[in-house]
Amino acid sequence: MEKEDSRKELKVSAIENGTVIDHIPAENVFQVIKILNLEKYNNQVLIGSYLDSRKMGKKGIIKVSNKFFKSDEINKISLAAPSATLIVIKNFEVVEKKKVEIPDRADNIVKCFNPNCITNHEEVPTRFTVIDKKELRLRCHYCEKITARDNITFR
Amino acid sequence: MKNKSLVSINDFSREEHIRILDLASAFEKHPKQRILEDYVVATLFFEPSTRTRLSFESAATRLGARVIGFSDSSSSSTQKGESLRDTILTVSNYCDLIVMRHPREGSARFASEVTKVPVINAGDGANQHPTQTLLDLYSIRKTQGSLDKLNIAFVGDLKYGRTVHSLVIAMCNYNTTFHLVSPQELKLPSSVKMHIKDRNLAYYQYTELQEVISKVDILYMTRIQKERFSDPMEYEKVKNAYILRNSMLDGSRSNLKIMHPLPRVNEITTDVDTNPQAYYFTQALNGVFVRQALLASILGVVE
Repeated sequence: MEKEDSRKELKVSAIENGTVIDHIPAENVFQVIKILNLEKYNNQVLIGSYLDSRKMGKKGIIKVSNKFFKSDEINKISLAAPSATLIVIKNFEVVEKKKVEIPDRADNIVKCFNPNCITNHEEVPTRFTVIDKKELRLRCHYCEKITARDNITFR
Repeated sequence: MKNKSLVSINDFSREEHIRILDLASAFEKHPKQRILEDYVVATLFFEPSTRTRLSFESAATRLGARVIGFSDSSSSSTQKGESLRDTILTVSNYCDLIVMRHPREGSARFASEVTKVPVINAGDGANQHPTQTLLDLYSIRKTQGSLDKLNIAFVGDLKYGRTVHSLVIAMCNYNTTFHLVSPQELKLPSSVKMHIKDRNLAYYQYTELQEVISKVDILYMTRIQKERFSDPMEYEKVKNAYILRNSMLDGSRSNLKIMHPLPRVNEITTDVDTNPQAYYFTQALNGVFVRQALLASILGVVE
């Protein structure tokens, strides 16, 4: 088992310093890249998608060199990939490992799914209260409508 | 409540609602007082709503305030492409309070965050219309003597009716028993029912109007709009089932009052109008007193 794990790990090579985002739902890997704006990140980013996972069946993993995420970025990750684990690497060693937590509020991360909401028509940052972390249901501070997991899109 | 915006019915506590109703009943006794002579109220109607606008303007004018504003966006700079933010910031320089109606949901909340001038929401799309809810509460309390433990029937379009949703949620504070009468397609959404269930209050659902009439203290009628039906045949089937006729009121409780947010089309026949149980036009008049109470307390002229 040990051996198989380390072999799998090698499919996406190790980074010296930075953060590994592990256990991303396989279908959301590119979503996470997008919301973290990693397309424009001019440092090493290693991506694995649809890798075998004992826990999840299939998973995604992103390794970002020399990047240590701030809380607003972690909030974004948690909404796109609630199952994700963040692993902080220094000198090829794991120094911290934690699961992401869905925040109580989501500010300017998600689009309101209500097409008639003012936030889709004026330049205004969106604001949501997370009313159900398990099912991921967000109530818009402006139009008071619920944006649920299935219709979440990121700004 | 001085300088506090009223965007959503939940922005004010139950105690604040009661305070507004008490003030409104004082204004009903003395509706003409020049207590707002030094104030300018702006009514910004980005979509037309003649009844609501006139009610606010009447309330303000009877208290001596000056009213400025526009009655639809074609006569405002929105037409030239100005953002809501810029309109609100500009108008804030000219007035002490803004009353606004806007077709987009959340617009009033946004406006209240852009400006320091208090904002009263006179309807933001399908979302909130809190002054309607307050005038409904006022009408119910006035006709029944109290808001507690009443039987209230809501009839018609319970799915899309913003007025119904807000009033149901507000009445959950008062041990109400709810009687919900609507076609299958237009039942009260579960997001609203949730409030009834959270308070462990009783509610009953019906598809027949006649069944409910003898059981209730308030019969709150609403209009069923054809465009709400995905299948026009369904509309044809139900369109006459939710019309209240005077003859149907035999056997009703003597304290029963019939309410309607207006405009009425055909859901209450005109022979009901002369029945002392008809209350919808007085209900509209009550709107002026409630809006006087809101203007005076938000401007800080009364405590």
